[in-house]
Amino acid sequence: MTWSRGNMADGEEPEKKRRRVEELAEKMAVDSGHGGNARDWDGRWNHVQKFLERPGPFTHPDFEPSTESLHFLLETCKILVIGAGGLGCELLKNLALTGFRQIHVIDMDTIDVSNLNRQFLFRSKDVGRPKADVAADFINRRIPGCNVVPYFKKIQDFDESFYRQFHIIVCGLDSIIARRWMNGMLMSLLIYEDGVLDPSSIIPLIDGGTEGFKGNARVILPGMTACIDCTLELYPPQINFPMCTIASMPRLPEHCIEYVRVLQWPKEKPFGDVPLDGDNPEHIKWVFQKSQERASEFNITGVTYRLTQGVVKRIIPAVASTNAVIAAACATEVFKIASSAYVPLNNYLVFNDVDGLYTYTFEAERKENCTACSQVPQDLKFAPSATLQDILEYLTENASLQMKSPAITATIDGKNRTLYLQTVASIEERTRPNLCKTLKELGLTDGQELAVADVTTPQTMLFKLHFTS
Amino acid sequence: MAQSAAGKSNKEQKYDRQLRLWGDHGQEALENAHVCLINATATGTEILKNLVLPGIGAFTIVDGHKVTGEDVGNNFFLSISSIGKNRAQAATELLQELNSDVSGNFVEESPDKLLDNDPEFFHRFSLVIGVQLIESTCLRLAGVLWNAGVPFLVCKTYGLVGYMRLAVKEHTVVESHPDNALEDLRLDQPFAELKNHIQSYDLDNMDKKDHSHTPWIIVVAKYLEKWYNEHNYQLPKNYKEKEAFRQLIREGILKNENGVAEDEENFEEAIKNVNTALNPTKIPSTVQDILNAEGWKNITAQTPAFWVMARAVKEFVENEGEGKLPVRGTIPDMIADSEKFINLQNVYREKAMQDASVVSKHVESLLQSVGKVCVYKSKKKCKNAAFLRVVRCRSLADECSVELVNKDEITSCMDNPDSEMVLYLMLRSVDRFFQQHSRYPGVYNYQVEEDIGKLKLCVNSLLQEYGLNVNVKDDYIHEFCRYGANAIKMITHQFVPFNNTFIYNAMSQTSATFQL
Repeated sequence: MTWSRGNMADGEEPEKKRRRVEELAEKMAVDSGHGGNARDWDGRWNHVQKFLERPGPFTHPDFEPSTESLHFLLETCKILVIGAGGLGCELLKNLALTGFRQIHVIDMDTIDVSNLNRQFLFRSKDVGRPKADVAADFINRRIPGCNVVPYFKKIQDFDESFYRQFHIIVCGLDSIIARRWMNGMLMSLLIYEDGVLDPSSIIPLIDGGTEGFKGNARVILPGMTACIDCTLELYPPQINFPMCTIASMPRLPEHCIEYVRVLQWPKEKPFGDVPLDGDNPEHIKWVFQKSQERASEFNITGVTYRLTQGVVKRIIPAVASTNAVIAAACATEVFKIASSAYVPLNNYLVFNDVDGLYTYTFEAERKENCTACSQVPQDLKFAPSATLQDILEYLTENASLQMKSPAITATIDGKNRTLYLQTVASIEERTRPNLCKTLKELGLTDGQELAVADVTTPQTMLFKLHFTS
Repeated sequence: MAQSAAGKSNKEQKYDRQLRLWGDHGQEALENAHVCLINATATGTEILKNLVLPGIGAFTIVDGHKVTGEDVGNNFFLSISSIGKNRAQAATELLQELNSDVSGNFVEESPDKLLDNDPEFFHRFSLVIGVQLIESTCLRLAGVLWNAGVPFLVCKTYGLVGYMRLAVKEHTVVESHPDNALEDLRLDQPFAELKNHIQSYDLDNMDKKDHSHTPWIIVVAKYLEKWYNEHNYQLPKNYKEKEAFRQLIREGILKNENGVAEDEENFEEAIKNVNTALNPTKIPSTVQDILNAEGWKNITAQTPAFWVMARAVKEFVENEGEGKLPVRGTIPDMIADSEKFINLQNVYREKAMQDASVVSKHVESLLQSVGKVCVYKSKKKCKNAAFLRVVRCRSLADECSVELVNKDEITSCMDNPDSEMVLYLMLRSVDRFFQQHSRYPGVYNYQVEEDIGKLKLCVNSLLQEYGLNVNVKDDYIHEFCRYGANAIKMITHQFVPFNNTFIYNAMSQTSATFQL
């Protein structure tokens, strides 16, 4: 696998020229040391220059020392950071200090008090404000010349034309669904000519994740290396308690809390017809009290306020140090790829510091029939007497698909029909009866194509239906 | 920090995510700690940031340097306005700003001066972190801290190489939080209360609902009794016997009127757990070592709490425990109705509490025998008896002594010339270079070429001095001329720190731990 900066889209001439004029003007401005227009001072980029301007024995085969590299980093290279939370704050700091100035950051969340133990760009006065905005502000003020552009939005709010402008994308997300969506988006940007992948359409994706004292960092070259979906099985399954335990046979304090969250809350609607909000202390207080009552019915001990909140919000413990380590690894990879200074990580790093310090690096392999990156049409094998419900269950439960709420459409008798869609209540009601119908009854034929849309992918997935006897 | 339903303190909210890792007592230890950082380089301030954010009690930065333009370029906690100021002071301001719960201090002095005039200055700290120290200072400081019993963490970053060295005589860990610990079920040697509880079940005369909701621990225990009768009271030992035992359980699954096995998840769980449930109850070797530790055989008034506790546990093991540790008292969740599960859980819990109070009595009498009266929480240590750990690091003096250097570790690692060990040797060589030339190799472009040769001389003299017959590739010497130079665990005594050298190679994103 060879990948170097040469493969990335070049900066535009007019842009370069504009910056040079700007820089000249700024250099002439008086620098009183109070920030303002101060850009580069003596020795500022020494730490980076040593890597970029000197030859060495471990550099990337395509590396050529020059002063151009620093210029590319400072003026041209555009990086997108997804997430301005635990990993995001660390990433922004690291990238800004390395010299990247064109940094965009997306985050749909606002700041919460519980973020402050590790998301160091935020202070208590910022609670309630959008993370992206506050993070950008802090970095731009602390690192003169850096231009972080924030977006208080969801990644799904943007389309290909937005993502296409970046040289590298780094993710510090807390959701597998979001990762898969981003993965799918970059796959959709790939251009194949006569079956050959055009390298300039590849946008490298660096992905980091942490949980307590564990973390991982990986480098994904869409279309070339293993992608998120290739290694879906590496992600731990989400803990879901069986319904019968929750409803009639609780044993652990967690079961009692789940009972209140899943069954009692919708039934009693203590605050009106509103969903349970894990961030609302009144809601949590109510759940806590009811959970204690349920627990004492069954002689179960251990229901605490902290546990209640943890279960309701599915809280994952977090510390600054793990985020710092993983973000550092990710930022190092961004630097390597942007500068071609060293061969990038190939391609997965695992970190654990529960017992000593442990890292493990390996090459995750591409999956031959990966649903996201293999370009191989996916097969669905069902008997004509199987029901649409059977297909729905397959799409959600199959380990390589793990869809959340797939919407299924098909062309039947020349017309595009929505067979089932969950995300819009009125359509869900209208199409629900289809679930019990057999594929034959629905008018589906052998070899037919089914189009499936889901939150886990920005593009509709096509499946080929094969009837079994 | 009391935990109440409403009015959760602001601190509790802020630290919520980390409290779930080390608990209130861990947080308390953190807040009572005072850490010293020597040299506010980018690495140093980054380390402090990760201690200030979670709420360390206090920090003190010792640094005699003035801030340069280069410093500001790579350090998030320095700004242009700090150029020319003392680095300790400048960094303290921006680090303090991260968390008002923390008390930040600075000393505008080089560590060498402090060692000359007031070495006891360092005795007050819970931990000292030394960053980018030159070898001579590092060894001097290490000697002082070693004798004072203050843990010392040495950190160096050099280009894309990171190095950490922990030097502490003895560090005790009560809660190691192991990832995959085996359960303490005592099925091979059930205590009296457990035996009685098992007796109260009659699997052959239960209705279907009860039968399907009997905890698998009971199921295994019952079938073990059957097995004992036919196998001379011997546990199933090898794969063949365990397979036969699993079959025995499988045959116990209820069948419907057509002779087809019913769906009994609890029996499936029993079968799945046979492998681990029948492991003989024994004391892990790491704990054996602790219980038999020579150094603490005689308890005095100065003996640290951990060792008084260890001795008490030992006395329990030799007497009431009949060769076994106090019962842990927890069982995993399993398919069962609430009542059966809770009753079984309580049997284990109550036994654990009983054992813990016996251990407490041993602690009391030990303390009395040396004229001390102390009431402290021994319950936590009992629950974790199987997870006690002790980490002992060799001193830096030993590591660097020609007689005591760990030749074996170094030469065997260097069988692979690209092992992270070569980076360790390079770092030592670079120190040597600094000693000789008062600068690091390759600071200026024009020096690089010549310095490669000079650094090579340093490498060879190092290898010769220590009698190390290894080959250091020229590539690494060249690479090191291109560049021109696990605290929370120590403080909370939870989780296990590394022992004692950690090297990180960002070029390959690999790392290794060595005991040197």
